[in-house]
Amino acid sequence: MAQRYQNRIELLQGTLDLLILQTLQWGAQHGYGISQAIRANSGDILQVDTGSLYPALHRLERQKWISADWKLSENKQRVRVYRLTATGKKQLLSERSRWEQLSDAIAGVLSPAKREGQA
Amino acid sequence: MKFLWHRKSKQQELQQELQSHLQMAADDKVSQGESADEAERSARREFGNVALVQQVTRDQWGTRWLEEFLQDLHYAARVLRKSPGFTLIAVLTLALGIGANTALFSVVNGVLLNPLPYPNPDQLVTLHASKPNFETGSISFPDFRDWRKDNRTFSAMAISRSFGFSLTGRGEPERVQAKLISSDYFSLLGVQPVIGRTFASGEDEIGAAPTVMISAGLWRRKFGSSPDALGKTLTLDGHDHAIIGVFPANFDLFLRTAGLADVYVPIGQWSNSALPQRGAGLGIHGIGRLKPGVTIEQARADMQRVTQGLAAAYPDTNKGIGATIIPLKQEMVGQVQPILLVLLGAVGFVLLIACVNVANLMLARSTARAREFAIRTALGAGHTRLIRQLLTESLLIAIAGGVIGLLLAGWSTQAALRVLPSGLPRAQQVGIDTHVLLFTTLISLLAGILFGLAPALKTSDANLHGTLKEGGRGSSAARHGAQSVLVLAEMALAVVLLIGAGLMIRTLSRLWDVNPGFTARNVLTFGVSLPPAMMKAPPDAIRAALRDVHSTLGAAPGVQAIALSWGGLPMDSEDDSLFWLASEPKPASQNDMKWSLSYVVEPDYLNVMQIPLRRGRFFSPGDNEHAPAVAVVDDVFARTYLPNVDPIGQRLYLANFDSQQVEIVGVVGHVKQWGLDTDDTQQLRAQIYTPYMQLPDKPMALSPFGTDVVVRTTGPPAPVFESLQRASNQMSSQQVIFGPQTMEEIISASLAARRFSLILLGFFAALALVLSSVGIFGVISYLVGQQTQEIGIRIALGARGWDVLQLVLSHSAKMAALGVLVGLVGSLALTRLMAKMLYGVSPSDPLTFFAVAAILTLVALAASYVPARRAMRVDPIVALRYE
Repeated sequence: MAQRYQNRIELLQGTLDLLILQTLQWGAQHGYGISQAIRANSGDILQVDTGSLYPALHRLERQKWISADWKLSENKQRVRVYRLTATGKKQLLSERSRWEQLSDAIAGVLSPAKREGQA
Repeated sequence: MKFLWHRKSKQQELQQELQSHLQMAADDKVSQGESADEAERSARREFGNVALVQQVTRDQWGTRWLEEFLQDLHYAARVLRKSPGFTLIAVLTLALGIGANTALFSVVNGVLLNPLPYPNPDQLVTLHASKPNFETGSISFPDFRDWRKDNRTFSAMAISRSFGFSLTGRGEPERVQAKLISSDYFSLLGVQPVIGRTFASGEDEIGAAPTVMISAGLWRRKFGSSPDALGKTLTLDGHDHAIIGVFPANFDLFLRTAGLADVYVPIGQWSNSALPQRGAGLGIHGIGRLKPGVTIEQARADMQRVTQGLAAAYPDTNKGIGATIIPLKQEMVGQVQPILLVLLGAVGFVLLIACVNVANLMLARSTARAREFAIRTALGAGHTRLIRQLLTESLLIAIAGGVIGLLLAGWSTQAALRVLPSGLPRAQQVGIDTHVLLFTTLISLLAGILFGLAPALKTSDANLHGTLKEGGRGSSAARHGAQSVLVLAEMALAVVLLIGAGLMIRTLSRLWDVNPGFTARNVLTFGVSLPPAMMKAPPDAIRAALRDVHSTLGAAPGVQAIALSWGGLPMDSEDDSLFWLASEPKPASQNDMKWSLSYVVEPDYLNVMQIPLRRGRFFSPGDNEHAPAVAVVDDVFARTYLPNVDPIGQRLYLANFDSQQVEIVGVVGHVKQWGLDTDDTQQLRAQIYTPYMQLPDKPMALSPFGTDVVVRTTGPPAPVFESLQRASNQMSSQQVIFGPQTMEEIISASLAARRFSLILLGFFAALALVLSSVGIFGVISYLVGQQTQEIGIRIALGARGWDVLQLVLSHSAKMAALGVLVGLVGSLALTRLMAKMLYGVSPSDPLTFFAVAAILTLVALAASYVPARRAMRVDPIVALRYE
């Protein structure tokens, strides 16, 4: 069972980290909020599994790209809130540019004619 | 503790975090119109398995192994607490094994492994003059000065020679141990004075102003450790020496001599007229420091060039003389290295036996725990997890054993070093340091894995079905095999150790039986130095004073016979003499002369030592300075140099004694100068005796500084020294008699290293014997317990006690026989390693092998007799009711 979750973490790892960091760029957020934001911003296409989300959050926290605090939510509920750190911001920039390179490259492979035309 | 607490709160936080997620999801669903119940259910469904999410998240903390380890540790501690008897025996057994290993390793570490306590110790070497048949001869003072001047590979060179002075003028006159050294001695080693300075270059020249460095001990004793001592003088052999510095307590390069030197004096102060002679062999040896980056081979090549140059310049004295260079550490510890390594090997065997014993205990226990493990397996514990659990238990035991062992070692090493012969070099550098701690940790962990692995593998292999079905009895048959193999191994190891100890016992008893060539019983030796006033007296006055000493001390109560002796003393100190036969032409150089040990003695020497006279006569009081010079030789001399002729009446010239011509008047038995063991294999064995009163004037002028005396006493020799001291004091309060030693002590000291290794080997072997008999006892008891029903049935069917006894004993006899056999084969291979320590017995001595085999078999049978008796008394009714 654990195996199943771990496989999916690995599958999503690069992108999920990017999505989490990007989401936190707009402000501190708790785990549930992050998953909701990713879902809404992707037009309900990306649904983040909790078995992937929380391990990713705790890993990013250990890497010191995000930090966590306990806060009270609007409903007066104690929630653990994550925010981007300075190194996290740098990481986000490099992950973004890497992602853009990757998607450009993939786009180029998928439609080579267009790319040659540009060149 | 903090870490554990932190971890616990982190887990709670994670739980809260996930809980709040669920709560928020449910709240959202409620606000979208779902009922509270339905919202919570669907939130949970979407979330998935909460516990699983917790676990995979926790895995991100990277501490899962630790978590499991803590669990195992907790569990192991609980298990061990529940069976304190087992835990205690296992821990103590291991503590003995680990303690003995730690103790011996701390000795090996301090003596062999640690670098010498001087800066850049790898650059330090010892220097000797080599002659064609003698590698480590004495360096003459002029040669040393040329070596120092001409070499290109040494940054410094120094020489030293042991000496003794009469210290007068500061309280009671006393004899102080001394070293005569060249200026660079301290600076070469990098030893700093406590106060003052070390010798400056040029201060070691002949004719320089007399100076001295004193030990911290003497400084305290004579000057109350006051800095005022600098600039004051110390009167040594009647000469005032200015004190220039104090050297640290316990400083001594070689801890070989009986005591530490209290004063260091520049060698130029030596009043020996032979010092400036290039051909003189005066017991001077050197040390050197290689220039950085110079290898020992380069230094050897360089010194070969230097010595060849000297041989060309001074062919008469230096032809064939080279330089021997040995790394300092090798020279210091080379002799004890094989002994220590053999002992380390032996003590390793003791630890192996201890491990086997504990492994056996654990195996026996694992039977009782088989069900526990079967249940844990059934509940989903993996193989590796079970092995890890068992290994954690054994590591816990091993670590406890290690800690106690370390304490045992720390205490016992200090105790052992106190009773140790002073023969162990660098003994003061033995202690527990980080290397030793590392070693102990390592062997504890290794031991834990070693004795834990076999039972762990065995247990986790156990057939699940079988065990659960079989009820409490476990799969016993499988386990007998493993236990028997362990006991067999244990016995084999014990055999090897016992044979090692046995061979040492045989060696020592052989050595005690060796005839030294004289009768040591009731012989006392000591030194006398005449009052300082005599030290510049003319030869006739010295002879008169020596005759006075002879008659006064000889009249002391308890003295049966007395003889002054100069030069060599059997097994204690040696002196050599170059000579040529009158029947041949005078050799061109000293190197071509013949060579013999030299003893200058008074007529009663033969009576005191009880050396047998073979032919002719020994000296009489008439062989004095006015009579023709005579000599007596031993039978080795006669055989070697005068074969096929009658030695009596032959004449020879003694090069060291101004080429004095002497006539041989007698032949005596050979004395084992080099010790009971190695004398037969030495190059230099021929012996020549000359009468003390015929000693030429130059060497006679040295005898007031210190001459030996041998005395045969009527009773035990040690107490006689007091009456000799009184007699000496009545002659002159300035006359010092010192260094009493019985001849038996000297012989005993020459065997000290072997006796020490015998004691240790014997101790290890005894430990091995006890441990392995406990092992056999345990296994046989266990087997009898397992076979109670079978025995009960046999008895019910008519077997008698004797049959039962046979049944049990035959099993242990089989085990013992096999173990002994394996041990004997192993010993054949291993005892060859200790061949160097043996004397007069072969490493595969059949008597020792047979005796050990018999002893071990008997012990094995005795150990199984108690459980066998129990088996005989099994009541069939009780045994069968168990079913």
